[in-house]
Amino acid sequence: MTVDEAPAPTQKAAGGEHALSIEDLELAYKVRGVPREVLRGVTFHVRPGEAYGLVGESGCGKSTTAYAALRYLPSNGVITGGRILVGGQDVTRMSEKQLRRFRATEASMVYQDPGSALNPTVKIGRQVSEAFTILGRNGKDALEAARNALKRVRIADPDRVMQRYPHQLSGGMQQRVVIAMALACDPRLLVLDEPTTGLDATVEAEVLDLVRTLRNETDAAILLIAHNLGVIRSMCDRVGVMYAGKIVEEGDAVEVFEAPKHPYTVGLLQCLPRHGVRKSQRALFTIPGTLPQIGTDLPTCVYVDRCALADDLCRTEVPPVVHVEVGHTESRSDAAHFSRCHHIDRLEQIPEPLSEDNENLLKGKVVIKMEDVSKTFRQRGHDVPALVGIQLDVGGGETLGLVGESGSGKTTLAKVMLGIYEPDAGSEITLDEHLLAGKAMNRPPADMRAMQMVFQNPDSALNRTWSVRRILKRTVNKLTGIKGDEADRRIETLADALRLTPRHLDMRPRQLSGGLKQRVAIARAFAGDPRLVVCDEPTSALDVSVQAAILNLLSDLQSNESTSYLFISHDLGVVRYLADRIIVMYLGRLQEEGTTDQIFDGPHHPYTEALLSAVPSVDGEPSKRIRLSGEIPSPANPPSGCVFHTRCHRFIEGTCDVIEPPVVEIEPGHRIRCHLSVEELGQTQVAV
Amino acid sequence: MGRYVLRRVALSVVTLFLLVSAVFLITSVLPADPGRQVAGPFAPQATVDAINERLGTDDPVLTQYGRLLKSTITFDFGESFQLRQPVNDLLWPAVGRSAKLVVFGLVLTVPLAIAAGMYAARKRNTFADRSIVTLGVASSSIPEFVSGVTLQFLIGVKLGWFETLALAPRGSNLITELRYLTLPALALVVVYFGYIARMTRAGTINALDADYTRTAVMKGLPNRRVMRGHVMRNALQPTVSVIGIQIGYLFSGLIGLELIFNYPGLGRLIYNAVGAKDFPMLSAAVILVGIIYMLCTLGADLVIAWMNPRARMEGARS
Amino acid sequence: MSMGVPPPIASGAAAVVEAEAARAVSDDVLGEAGPGSHVPIDMRAERRQARKERRRLLLRRPGFVIGFLILAFWIVCAIGGDKITPNPPLVSVDAGGLSPRAGFLMGTDVLGRDVLSRVMAGARDVLIVAPIAATLSVAAGTMLGLLMGYYRGWVDEVLSRLVEVLLSIPVVLMALLIVATLGSSRLVVIMTVAVLFTPIVTRTVRAATLAESQLDYVTSARLRGEGGLFVMLREILPNIRPTILVEYTVRIGYAVFTVATLSFLGAGIKPPSPDWGLAVADNYQLIQSGQWWGTLFPALAIASVVIATNLVADSIEAVISS
Repeated sequence: MTVDEAPAPTQKAAGGEHALSIEDLELAYKVRGVPREVLRGVTFHVRPGEAYGLVGESGCGKSTTAYAALRYLPSNGVITGGRILVGGQDVTRMSEKQLRRFRATEASMVYQDPGSALNPTVKIGRQVSEAFTILGRNGKDALEAARNALKRVRIADPDRVMQRYPHQLSGGMQQRVVIAMALACDPRLLVLDEPTTGLDATVEAEVLDLVRTLRNETDAAILLIAHNLGVIRSMCDRVGVMYAGKIVEEGDAVEVFEAPKHPYTVGLLQCLPRHGVRKSQRALFTIPGTLPQIGTDLPTCVYVDRCALADDLCRTEVPPVVHVEVGHTESRSDAAHFSRCHHIDRLEQIPEPLSEDNENLLKGKVVIKMEDVSKTFRQRGHDVPALVGIQLDVGGGETLGLVGESGSGKTTLAKVMLGIYEPDAGSEITLDEHLLAGKAMNRPPADMRAMQMVFQNPDSALNRTWSVRRILKRTVNKLTGIKGDEADRRIETLADALRLTPRHLDMRPRQLSGGLKQRVAIARAFAGDPRLVVCDEPTSALDVSVQAAILNLLSDLQSNESTSYLFISHDLGVVRYLADRIIVMYLGRLQEEGTTDQIFDGPHHPYTEALLSAVPSVDGEPSKRIRLSGEIPSPANPPSGCVFHTRCHRFIEGTCDVIEPPVVEIEPGHRIRCHLSVEELGQTQVAV
Repeated sequence: MGRYVLRRVALSVVTLFLLVSAVFLITSVLPADPGRQVAGPFAPQATVDAINERLGTDDPVLTQYGRLLKSTITFDFGESFQLRQPVNDLLWPAVGRSAKLVVFGLVLTVPLAIAAGMYAARKRNTFADRSIVTLGVASSSIPEFVSGVTLQFLIGVKLGWFETLALAPRGSNLITELRYLTLPALALVVVYFGYIARMTRAGTINALDADYTRTAVMKGLPNRRVMRGHVMRNALQPTVSVIGIQIGYLFSGLIGLELIFNYPGLGRLIYNAVGAKDFPMLSAAVILVGIIYMLCTLGADLVIAWMNPRARMEGARS
Repeated sequence: MSMGVPPPIASGAAAVVEAEAARAVSDDVLGEAGPGSHVPIDMRAERRQARKERRRLLLRRPGFVIGFLILAFWIVCAIGGDKITPNPPLVSVDAGGLSPRAGFLMGTDVLGRDVLSRVMAGARDVLIVAPIAATLSVAAGTMLGLLMGYYRGWVDEVLSRLVEVLLSIPVVLMALLIVATLGSSRLVVIMTVAVLFTPIVTRTVRAATLAESQLDYVTSARLRGEGGLFVMLREILPNIRPTILVEYTVRIGYAVFTVATLSFLGAGIKPPSPDWGLAVADNYQLIQSGQWWGTLFPALAIASVVIATNLVADSIEAVISS
C-alpha cells in the first residue's frame, strides 16, 4: 500500500474545502466468494465548482469509482478500505437512511445510456417531478419545479415533453431530462458517467455545451468519467489517468495531454491519431498486452507488465509520487501535476513508431463505382428512403472514408454495395467495369470474394460454436474453391499476416479478446483476396490501444495487397488517419466528397463544418465552434429542398427549403452539395 | 392506443376463424362416417342413415362448413345429440359453474404466486428463492386430476376439513358454495402456482436489474417507492401475459377435476360429449373454450399495452 | 520538461526496439476464467473438460440428483416390465379391495389385481409413448422454427397464424376431440400429442433463430454465398442447441402429463393395460368409501415422473445458462 506523500496544495478560497474527497479507496468484487480487487487505493479530490475527469480504458475502474462516490455498488461489491467524503460526510459509513437522504439532496448522477436510465412506463413529467417530491415539495409544486428544470436544460417546449414517454424522445433530449433530474436538488457533487457515449457527434456537442453552461450556474463539483480524451480535455479542469484501479497520473487537463509524465499516458496519447497524422506518415503507437484482470496481484507498479521502461526496480519497489513542475502555456490552472513512476526522466526513451514514406501508393483505376444508387425501405406502409441518388467510386488500393451520423445511411450504403440489401431499380453498382447483381445471392463467386466486410461488433461477427480454424477454412473453401493442404497453407499465411499464432487457430471466439476476435474477422475478410473490404466501425468497440493495432494492421494489409477500403467511422481522427478520400453523408444523401486534406482544410459543406467543430479533440478546441439547432430528422420524413436546411446555420430562406441543391465541383475532386458559392463557403463562419 | 386495440381484435377474429376451420376439419371431415361413429358398430344401417340425415353429413362439404360458421356467429349450435336439448340450454349454465371454480382458483392462486415470485426475486439465490422455484417446478408438473385425487383423499376423506364433492346443495349461499369448491380450487392452485410464480420472479429480476431502477435508487427514493412506482409496472408484464394464457388452459384442466369431484361444469359436459360422440355439443364446447382463451389473451395484451406504452407502438406480435 | 515534438529516432538497437514496439500486437488472449487455469491447446481435451465441468455442476444440484434417480427407477421398471413385478399385473391374484399389507404392499384393486405390480408395469406404456411423442414434436418443431425464423416473409406470417391457432386450444381438449373421432390407440395418442406439441416447440425455436439471424456471422455467411440450408443447419443450429435441449426435456415432462390425462379421460390406452391414468380413472370413485390405494399410488407415480423430468430440465437449463 503506497503512502501517498502528496500534500494537498493549499487552494484559494474559491474552492475552500473539497466537495469530493476520495482517500485511498479500495474496492473489490466477490467472485464465487473470493474478493478480487478492482480499486487499489484511489485518491483524489475535487473542489466545489471544479470539473475533474477520470480517464482510462475499459476495466480500469473509473466507472466503479464514479458509482462508489454515491456508494452504489453491485451486489457483490465491497469497499475494503479508504474513505469517500462528500462535503465532509463519510459516505462509506452512512446508514441506509442517511444514504438515501444523501443521494436525494447532496449528490446526483448522469448515466451513460439515458434511454434505459428512464422508466419506459412512466411519463417524463412524473419522473422529473419525483426528484422534487423527495425534497419535500408537494404535487403541484413539484410539477412546476419540473417544468422549470426542463427549461433550465434548454428544452423548448417543456409541457409537451412532460407528457411524453422516454422512448418518444431522441437521445439528446433524453440526456437533457436526466441532467434536469440530476440538478433538481442543486447537488454538491454531480457525477457524469460517459454521458455522451452513444450520442451522435452534433448531439454530443450540444449536451456538452449544456453542461458547460450549467457549470456557470451552479457550484457543484463535477466528476466526469469518459474514455474519450477529447471530451475530458474540453470539459475538465483537472484529469486523473487511471490504470488497473490506481491513478497513475494527475494534473491540469491541458498539461497532462500536452506534456504527459507517465509511460501509460504517453502510450495512450500516442495510440491516438493526433494532430492530423496520416497513415502515409507513420504507424500508430501500440501498447502491448492487456489490462490486468480484476484481482491480479500487483504489489508494486500496476503498469509494470506493459511498460517499455520497466526494469527490476519497478518490480520490487512501489513507484513514488513524483511532482512535476507545472508550466505549460495553455494550462488552465496551476493545479499540481504528479505521476507515479520511477523513471519519469526517461520518458523520451519510449520507442516511437517508425515513420513511413509511402505517400503515393499504387492508386489503380476505379474498382467500385456506384451510379445513382437508391434504397427505399417499406415500413408499415410508409416508404423510408434510406439512400437517395448515391454517386461514388473507389479506386484500387485506396481508402474511402464514410462519415455521417445516425440516419445518414452509411451502413445501408455498405450493405447495398455488398448486396445484402437490393437497391432500388435504376441503381447501378459496377465492379471492375461489369455490373453487379443487386442481391448477393445472385452474384457469381468471383464477385463475392472480391468484396467482403468487417463488422463493428467482434462478438457477433464470429460463430461462437466454430473454431477459428474452421471459420477461416470454410471461408477459403467457399470463396476460392481451394481445399485440403493448400487451404491449410493459405490459412497459415493469413494468420501470419494478422499475427495469429497456431494456438489461436484452435480456439473458440469466446476465448479471445476483442482485439483478437477482430483480427480473425479481418483474416476472414481477406481469405479470398478481396478487391474491396467494407469496414463498418471496426474499432468502435475496442480500447484505444487495441484500436491502434488494428488500424496499423489494416494499413499494412492495404499497402501489401492493394486492397481498397470503404471505411465507416464516426471518429473523425481515425478517418483522417486512414482515409485517402472521404464522403460525408446526411439523411441518405451525399453532402460532400473530396480528398482527406480537402475535407479537413475546407472550404466545407455547412454540415461538415459543423461536424468538424463539434467533435471534441484531445488536441484542443477548434478555432470556431458551430452550433447546430434542432434534432436530426427522421429518414421517413425528410425535409423539403435541401435535407439539411432545418439545422443549417447558413440557411437561406426561400432557396434551401424549396430547391434541392446542386452538386458543385469547387476544386478538382472536391464536390459539395450546397446552394452557396465557393466564395460564400470560404468566408469565416459566424461562431456561436 | 385505439389503433392497437383494433389490430388486436382483428387478429383475434382471424384466429377464431382458423379455429372454427380446425374444429370443422376434425369433426366433419376426418371421421369417415359420423353417423356410424355415433351409433356404434352394431346399429342397423337405417339408424345410421337417420343420424347422418340429422347431422347433415350428406350435404356438400362447403355447406357444412358454412353452417358451422353461421352457428359460431349466432352461437346456436342446434341440439345436443345425446340429451335432445338445445346446446345452449346445457352449455351456458355449465360454463357458469366452471367459471365460478376457475375464478375461485385464480383468486387463490394469483396473489399467492405473485407474492412468492416477487419475494423470490428479492432474495435471489438464497435458500428461500431456490425452494420457491423448486417447489414451483415440482408442483406445476402435476396433472390436475392427480392433485385433485390426492387432496380429495387427504383433506376431504382423511381429515374431513372440506367437502369431497364440489356441487353445493341447491339454494346454498355463496360462502357455502365456495366451501364445496375449495378442494378442487386448491388442486388448481397446486398446478398453476408454479408457472405464475416463476414468471413473476423472472420479470421482477429483470426490472430490479434494470437501469431505470438504478436511477430511482440513485434519486434517493425509499424502497417502497422504488418497488411500487418503478419496478412493479415493468415486472408484472410477463405475469399478466401468462395469466391470460393460463386461463384458457384452466378450462381444459377442469375436465379431470369435474369428474373427480362430480361437478357439472363445462369439463364434464365435454367429457360426456366425447363419450357419446355428440358432435354438435362438442363443436360448441371446443369453440367456446377457444373464444374464452382468445378473450383472455386479448384482455392480457390490452392490460400490458396499458402498462407499457412502448408495446402500444409495436402492435400485435406473435 | 515537456514533450511536444517527438525526439529524433535513434539508430541501431534502439531502432529495432522501435520497430518492434510499433508493430507489437501481442498476446492478449483471455484464458478461461478461474485462477491459475491455462488454456488447453487440444480441442478435444477442452471439450471433454467442459463436459466434465457441466456434469460436476449438475451433480451438485439436489434437484437434478433426485429427478435423475426417480427416472432411473421407472426406466428400470419399464424395461423389466412384468418380469420383475412381484405378481402378474394383469391377472387377479387375490380378493379385491385388500388394503396395503405384507405381500401386497400397495393393496389390491377392485378386481383383485396387485396394485404394486400394476404400478411398476404401468411405467412402460407411459415411458414409451411420451418420449416418442416428445421426440417427434421436437424434430418437427425445430425444422419449422428454423425455416420460419430464418426465411421470414409470408411463409412465416402464415405459419405463425397457424401456430397461434393451435396454441389457443388447450392440448387436452384438442386431443380429446381428435381421439373422439379417430378412436384411441397408441399410434393415435402419439401422433396427436406430437402434432399438438409441435407449435410450442416451433415458437421457441423460431424465437431463438430470429435472435441468431440478427447476428453478423449470419450476414458473413451470406456474403460467402452459403445457401439457406447450410446457414440454418451448420451456422445457426449449433448455437441454439442448448435451448432445444431444455425444451426437449420440458416437452417429455409435459408429454407424460398429457398422456396420463388422456388415459384418465378414457382417450388413451385401453384396458386392461396397467397404465396409470387408466388405473386412476377406474378407481377414483372408491376414494369416497375409503379405498384410496388403487387411486393414489398410480397418481403419485404419475406425479413423480413428471416432477422428476421437470427437475432435471430445470437443472439442465440452470447449468447451461450459467
